Amino acid sequence: MSARLDVRGLRKSYGALAVTDGVDLTVEAGEIHALIGPNGAGKTTLISLIAGEVRPDAGTILLGEADLTAAPVHRRARAGLARSFQITSTIPAFSVRENVVLALQGAGGPSFRLWPAPRAERARAERARALLARVGLEGRGDHPAAALSHGEKRALELAMALAAEPRILLLDEPMAGTGPEEGRAMVDLIASLKAACGILLVEHDMDAVFRLADRVSVLVAGRIIASGTPEQVRADPAVRAAYLGDETATGAAP
Amino acid sequence: MRALALLLALFAALAVVPLAADTYVVALVTRAMIFALAAVSLDFILGGAGLVSFGHAALMGIGAYGVGILMEEGTREALIAFPAAMAAAGLFALVTGAVSLKTRGVYFIMITLAFGQMAFFVAQSLSAYGGDDGLSLAARSTVAGQRWLKSPVTFHYATLGLLILITALCALILASPFGRVLRAAKENERRVRALGIDPYPYRLVAYGLAGAFAGLSGALLANLTEFVSPAFLSWHRSGELIVMVVAGAMAASALGVRAGGAGRLGGAVLGAVGVILVEEGLAHLTEHWRIVFGPLLVLLVLLGGWRGRRA
Repeated sequence: MSARLDVRGLRKSYGALAVTDGVDLTVEAGEIHALIGPNGAGKTTLISLIAGEVRPDAGTILLGEADLTAAPVHRRARAGLARSFQITSTIPAFSVRENVVLALQGAGGPSFRLWPAPRAERARAERARALLARVGLEGRGDHPAAALSHGEKRALELAMALAAEPRILLLDEPMAGTGPEEGRAMVDLIASLKAACGILLVEHDMDAVFRLADRVSVLVAGRIIASGTPEQVRADPAVRAAYLGDETATGAAP
Repeated sequence: MRALALLLALFAALAVVPLAADTYVVALVTRAMIFALAAVSLDFILGGAGLVSFGHAALMGIGAYGVGILMEEGTREALIAFPAAMAAAGLFALVTGAVSLKTRGVYFIMITLAFGQMAFFVAQSLSAYGGDDGLSLAARSTVAGQRWLKSPVTFHYATLGLLILITALCALILASPFGRVLRAAKENERRVRALGIDPYPYRLVAYGLAGAFAGLSGALLANLTEFVSPAFLSWHRSGELIVMVVAGAMAASALGVRAGGAGRLGGAVLGAVGVILVEEGLAHLTEHWRIVFGPLLVLLVLLGGWRGRRA
């Protein structure tokens, strides 16, 4: 199922401000590629460009053989590009299970069933149960999504993204706002996913990034200034100057 | 299950009306049920899919004109005229919906209003069918050649039957996988798109269905009043339908019935019947009944909002 995401020469400007300034980026099947950078570097814009919510001024986005540069959001999702949002995005009035069932419906192609379809619904409920167990939300299926804790909502988002059995997963700060306990669980969960799909991970939590990532790219002012293994990036003087700062260079290094 | 209990209680109350009331009241309640049918079709897309249509009366009016024009041309049979009225209204909804549903929020309200007014002015200019003055029907439609609808009691039960049928149909559709997409896109369209679902075709089909159901209510209204006029399509009436749906949702919330989901359609029935009956009751007391009716609505919204927050 896995496939390579290949982003070439991606550009996006708002007026004179180049938010994405010629980004080349690949996510190989089965790897976690972390994207780090200071606030305002254009990380979320880059995710939005890849997911299709924002149209690039130039460049191409390939998933496997398919050129998705001009495809709308829902078609990219159907092609195997799933995402989680930086700000948690679920259907609050739905139960936790129905959120996942909706995601399964999206993965299953157009569902123009105007009638209740008990057998298909049972199968979806069963798969939803399995997905919820996988992200540590077993037993929470009947709760309204709005009533979940922040960390649980993040886990639910992940279950929704996984429902599509994506080829590439875009995770926009999955650790943001979670407590230390939830954060550790999330790191383990993300680590367990990379066998199934390639992951592009945007994250501020450097411990998590250096534990999870196979490759790290550093985005500063819309450009990738360094890319390599976590060790290479950590040692890169330009990265230290631009971003990591003294604290990480001395304190967090093992 | 309280939503279902509300619906069953309403339908039971409507069913016993002919046993206990005179012809005038029966006709009034029949009228209320016809508007309840239109309100259910509006709530199907408004409450169900979050589409605030301000042109719903046009769909109802097209159904009414469908029956009127066919009768003028010599077709009295309901089994032909009613499906034709539904098809005409549904088609109008599909065509205007295809354009309107490209917009969101206030723009959607304005563009449905514009299409509604367009239909209104077309009805006004139909000089062959009464133009501004409207069109009197020679008689009520026949059903399979029988003149059953002539009897107020039979008409009452036929309307009640159709109201129950359409309400059940809308509730089933909202509960289906199709309806799940509508309800989800109402809450978080961006999320739905990111899951690989484009809400547009779902909304368009729902809008077309709502149009056909509203057309059916118009066909019934034309038969009840034995008259159709451009006023049937006016934006005032679209506004009244929205008031019925919103007041009904508030009343249901005040009664402790959870708004949202398939269960909310009972609110639309309650709202339509309540608005028509309260209007009529107040109009008997004073010609300035709107002075009382307005504050009543405000009270209802406050009460419903208060109970809804506590729930």
